[in-house]
Amino acid sequence: MLAYIVRRLFYAIPILIGVNLLTFLLFFVVNSPDDIARMQIGVKRATPEAIERWKVERGYDRPLFFNAEARGVQHLTDTIFFDKSLRMFAFDFGSADDGRDIGREIRDRMGPSLAIALPTFVLGLAAAIVFSLLLVFFRATYLDTWGVIACVVMMSISGMFYIIGGQWLVSKLWALVPISGYAPGLDAARFLVLPVLISVVAGMGASARWYRSIFLEEIARDYVRTARAKGLSELRVLFRHVLKNAMIPILTGVVVVIPLLFMGSLLVESFFAVPGLGSYTIDAIRAQDFAVVRSMVFIGSVLYIVGLILTDISYTLVDPRVRLG
Amino acid sequence: MDFQPVLLWTDLLLFVLLAVALLSAFHVRRSPPLREAWRKVGRRPSGMVSAVILLAFVVVGLLDSLHYRPQLPAAGDAQGGKVYSAEVLSVLDGLLEGLRLRTEKTYSAPFAATLYQKETVELPEGGQARMYPRLVHGAAHLEDPPAQTAGDIARRALPAAGGMALAVFAGFLLIAALVARARRSGFVPAAADVLRGRAVLAWRAALLTFAGLASVCALAVVLAPYYHVLGTDKVGQDVLYLALKSVRTALVIGTITTLVMLPFAVALGIAAGYLGGWVDDVVQYIYTVLSAVPSVLLIAASVLMMQVVIDTHPDWFATAAERSDARLLALCVILGITSWTGLCRLLRGETLKLRELDYVQAARAFGVGTPAILRRHILPNVMHIVLITLVMDFSGLVLAEAVLSYVGVGVDPSTISFGTMINMARAELAREPMVWWSLSAAFVFMFLLVLAANLFADVVRDAFDPRRG
Repeated sequence: MLAYIVRRLFYAIPILIGVNLLTFLLFFVVNSPDDIARMQIGVKRATPEAIERWKVERGYDRPLFFNAEARGVQHLTDTIFFDKSLRMFAFDFGSADDGRDIGREIRDRMGPSLAIALPTFVLGLAAAIVFSLLLVFFRATYLDTWGVIACVVMMSISGMFYIIGGQWLVSKLWALVPISGYAPGLDAARFLVLPVLISVVAGMGASARWYRSIFLEEIARDYVRTARAKGLSELRVLFRHVLKNAMIPILTGVVVVIPLLFMGSLLVESFFAVPGLGSYTIDAIRAQDFAVVRSMVFIGSVLYIVGLILTDISYTLVDPRVRLG
Repeated sequence: MDFQPVLLWTDLLLFVLLAVALLSAFHVRRSPPLREAWRKVGRRPSGMVSAVILLAFVVVGLLDSLHYRPQLPAAGDAQGGKVYSAEVLSVLDGLLEGLRLRTEKTYSAPFAATLYQKETVELPEGGQARMYPRLVHGAAHLEDPPAQTAGDIARRALPAAGGMALAVFAGFLLIAALVARARRSGFVPAAADVLRGRAVLAWRAALLTFAGLASVCALAVVLAPYYHVLGTDKVGQDVLYLALKSVRTALVIGTITTLVMLPFAVALGIAAGYLGGWVDDVVQYIYTVLSAVPSVLLIAASVLMMQVVIDTHPDWFATAAERSDARLLALCVILGITSWTGLCRLLRGETLKLRELDYVQAARAFGVGTPAILRRHILPNVMHIVLITLVMDFSGLVLAEAVLSYVGVGVDPSTISFGTMINMARAELAREPMVWWSLSAAFVFMFLLVLAANLFADVVRDAFDPRRG
């Protein structure tokens, strides 16, 4: 298993290099640093001196790939590509436009993001599985039909309306919890209830419907008939036998997103003013802080690859037939 | 009035898509299995209901895609040359000219006669007073709005109800005639079967949906010239107009995105699956890299860069409309690039399966060339996946537009879309009293569109996916 993980990590290197090249192309080749400088300073105020100063401040004044003026190794290291792209492999992200260290900012903001994302993930998964198993229990009745209709209706509503509606109803009309904000420590619970609840409800429709179709496929199998023939109750069949066997397709879709939880949810964090990575990203996009966006792209792809490996490992946990080697 | 037609890029692509749809409709008519599959769609009431609603949205969107520049009134020093307005209008704008031009000063509630905020008004007899000023256009024909509004609406709604009933009856006669012709039976039994819901296709459901849509439209048509039916927004624009204009943006994003990515996904997916070897490795590498980046971030990064390109080259675009259209198209292309990987993967897997089947092996043994095999044997057999993906992706893309516009990497702020509507309306909920109407309008329109698209996608998938009964 360890050998397998190591090998998978080696497979990840070409993918990360690809992501790195892609972001480099996007940020430095599609537009030259001069264009970006002109944008950021403002087209009217962009004198050649101002552009030059802007580039020097951020270290964009060097050549892209090959520095002919430098000596020795610095031919290659004193370039934008090395400084801005390759350094990310060492998780050295440099500083944002406001001068703060991006790596440090990311570490600080991971906590609040996780505080929302983890409960959302666990509760959302549990709620969707229980709801879809109930639909399967009442399959081919009116309850099932209306449950599926409810799922389709729920997934047709934009996530923003869930957030806006939830904030208005719970925080403004009933005044149960603060409308937005965040506090460190245990005090955070007060602020977290609503965003977690809203995210769970918003994600419910799509996932419950998907799980239902997985369970329905599983329920037609022979082992289910055997279990019923043994005299097991329908609920026991569903929760003990069907659920366990349906775990493989469910895990395929679910485990990949676990590492991405670190990145938080852009919308929820932004609407609820939670100082997590999601709102950090949104703020960076709005302020056109390219260094931060670049770092988040890199971190996101690293986490995605970790998720793929975790998915493979999780198969061995739920299905003894799967061996990694 | 004279005008100069304008063809924006997204218009062109929408009409190309329409032409493709019509061509494939002819193709379907000639192919019995495809006809049977579409008939399955028509048999399900939810398929018919959603198709009617989608059709209504498509009509609005297409009307909004015929653009022109109206001629300006001749200037004093007439030199014989015609001068066209810099403003690009669409046929829909022309039809809704009243709605577009009857703007108020700021917010007003639906059917209101006054603004929503108190203002200091100069009285005609001198002096000032704090009061709710009357609207310039909304309910301007009434003497005493609070007392007269309800009666006036009822008086105008009655003929609308009559017109609606006539339209529905005409629709019913048309459907019954069609059914009777198809069965070669009498008109009366066909009409009776339609009413009982016993026709082969779910015509009764379609008729009921049409009745619902027609009554809403009729009400809007008779009331909109006299009231702001859905209120006005911050700068006094009619919310109904904004909502109708948003439909085109949603349709463009939902369809053109898939259209743009389709050639790449199909070509690469089939090539990877059929040819194998290094082609397969390269294609797999490309889509693994693209899907490794969280899509929101990839879209954000690409859109930011595209904005820089567009902003540094203002000379590329003659009018503001062309500029925002270029941004819309760029957004579609970017969304397409980030979302083709799923379809490509599906097609690769299906082709891998197909290439081992007997008829493909036989064709190869007979010496049929690779291009011919791909075109004749592989492509037609993966088209159902393409169709299913196309309809399934639509609703997700419409929802994504709203989120991206909120994040600030969506459509141009001057483009009217559900995203920009929600974005502007968000702050209004905090006002006291609350401004709820623009948000609700965006919600209802978007919900109807996405719900219809989701239902339709379900029915299409059930009809075309061989694994589903």
